[in-house]
Amino acid sequence: MKLTLTVGRLFAGLALVLAGVAAAAWLWDDDIDPAALSATQPASTPEQAARGAQLALAGNCASCHTARGGQRYAGGRPIDTPFGTVVAGNLTPDPDTGLGHWTAADFWRALHHGRGKDGRRLLPAFPYTSFTQITREDSDALFAHLRSLPPVQRATTPHALRWPYGTPLAQALWRALYFKPGSTPPDPTQSAEWNRGAYLVRGLGHCAACHGARDLLGGQHAGGAMTGSHLAHGGWYAPSLTDPAEAGVGHWPLDDLVQWLRSGVTAQGTAQGPMAEVVVRSTQHLPEADLRAMAVYLRSLSPSALPAPAPAEAQATPVVDPARRQVGEKLYVDHCASCHGQQGQGAPGIYPALAGSRLVTMDDPGNLLRVITQGGFAPATAANPRPYGMPPFDLGHAELAALTTYLRSAWGHRAAPVSEVQVLTTR
Amino acid sequence: MKFAALIAAWWSTLALATAAPVSVPDTLAQRLAPCTACHGQQGRAVSGAYVPRIAGKPAGYLYEQLINFRDGRRQNATMVALLADLPDAYLREIAAHFAALDLPHAPAPAVAASPTALVRGEAIARRGDASAKLPACADCHGEQLTGALPAMPGLLGLPRDYLIAQLGAWQTGSRHATAPDCMADIARRLSPADSSAVADWLASQPVPQPMRPAARPERPAPLRCGSAGHAP
Repeated sequence: MKLTLTVGRLFAGLALVLAGVAAAAWLWDDDIDPAALSATQPASTPEQAARGAQLALAGNCASCHTARGGQRYAGGRPIDTPFGTVVAGNLTPDPDTGLGHWTAADFWRALHHGRGKDGRRLLPAFPYTSFTQITREDSDALFAHLRSLPPVQRATTPHALRWPYGTPLAQALWRALYFKPGSTPPDPTQSAEWNRGAYLVRGLGHCAACHGARDLLGGQHAGGAMTGSHLAHGGWYAPSLTDPAEAGVGHWPLDDLVQWLRSGVTAQGTAQGPMAEVVVRSTQHLPEADLRAMAVYLRSLSPSALPAPAPAEAQATPVVDPARRQVGEKLYVDHCASCHGQQGQGAPGIYPALAGSRLVTMDDPGNLLRVITQGGFAPATAANPRPYGMPPFDLGHAELAALTTYLRSAWGHRAAPVSEVQVLTTR
Repeated sequence: MKFAALIAAWWSTLALATAAPVSVPDTLAQRLAPCTACHGQQGRAVSGAYVPRIAGKPAGYLYEQLINFRDGRRQNATMVALLADLPDAYLREIAAHFAALDLPHAPAPAVAASPTALVRGEAIARRGDASAKLPACADCHGEQLTGALPAMPGLLGLPRDYLIAQLGAWQTGSRHATAPDCMADIARRLSPADSSAVADWLASQPVPQPMRPAARPERPAPLRCGSAGHAP
């Protein structure tokens, strides 16, 4: 599987270079009008910078642009991609290593057109495919905020991309295939709240950067439909936001979804992995109105009512090895039931219910395996500043397969069993 | 198929409305189950294992280490993942919780070490070695090597493998403390044989009962240490 992918990517890479030569001729229109760059810029105001600070939280900019334990916005965090490692840049106004020489128009060009100050094509790990939706007004406010930061000098860490992905030609073709600058006009058939939510989710929030399905070259079609994607970063799966069997929220009460985005914890479950980071660093800080708008939009992406269940005899029941299931049940009783309950009922808001949990029943058991083996605290937010946590469980492959197989067939679940091979490929 | 699974799950949750939620004690000990899974019930760790005891260590030291793991100065993958994004206030509370535990130690496990290594190890620990520019462990870690408040950890009652791993991590630069990182300087002056000898001796010492850190540092600090609050 891995080998096929690698070979596939190699061939795709070669094809990319060849096609790029032809493509270069007709690549012309995805950059800013040069006149806009030389125009004089109005000075930014403190109000604008304050609004920009709020927008930067919605965009979670500091999360990628701050190294672990490093100075805020000074860059240096490595981001793993299937094509190599990309290192986020320094956004502070340091003249040598940051944005010290940038203007508001340069910044707008980066967000809207995906190009740096010198016109070079930025790598799409910087999600300009989403940020192109951001308005010029918001872009200027963000820039005013970044200008107000103390400058930090930090030697730039080079990216480590495999050939040919970082080459200008590869970037040119990638852009021709997957990127068109521009913003989606508001949908007049939807409410102002829905449109605000759509703007935040598609633009600043760049939710599609993780939840949007990608092809072999990391490109997204159909406006980045958020049908789920495997992340190179940490190995997590960002579940589909359109599928009620994964993370579609059309059937959640609106208030619960707002509460989940604010605290990371509701009776429906707890934000895990990279999403926990998003809740802590971004969504918990958003104004109520914006959270509600995002929730309204997100709920519109999947069905609002779940279809009536088919009669039990009409449902396909996966074949589960009874011996393996029994081993799993014993592991559950010994290690899990004291917190999650004999019936998987959990303790709402503290220990998630496992009965009915989509983390448990999703087709891909990867996140479930990750949660069991890594453990973790619920997101520490202002609403839940002293979270409860789950210990990491050091179980063998066979035990993990048995435990997850049990979970996926207990309490009326009918999800496919998990094999040891699946456990091995996930870890 | 996916849908069928979902719906079955959904119906079962409805059925579960009757199963009473698990009752969870509102205590710090319960919240910190992720810590005690490895560091032992009540933070005492397991005799002979790699994982260090945290119960009764100075709160300042524990807090500093939690911050170090979270912010990239220490690298244990499990600790790093667990502590990601936890706020300072909670980490301070966690440190105080384990520091306040006053529990007896298990007897030190037998350490297979040569008598020569033990003699050398004891010399370094108690008196240091001026010719190798090595201050004594006791200069900072307390006359009894049980640590000193507010932030100096004790060195007794720790597994030999853990001690060796920490000295190695300082020597290779994967463990750091707040600058100036005095322990990194000292660890780099230790030869491999001396590292091993001092770990042998420390791990084989009986632990005083009760083992408590000294109320304050007992000797003048031989180096400037960020972790002890000295300015860089």
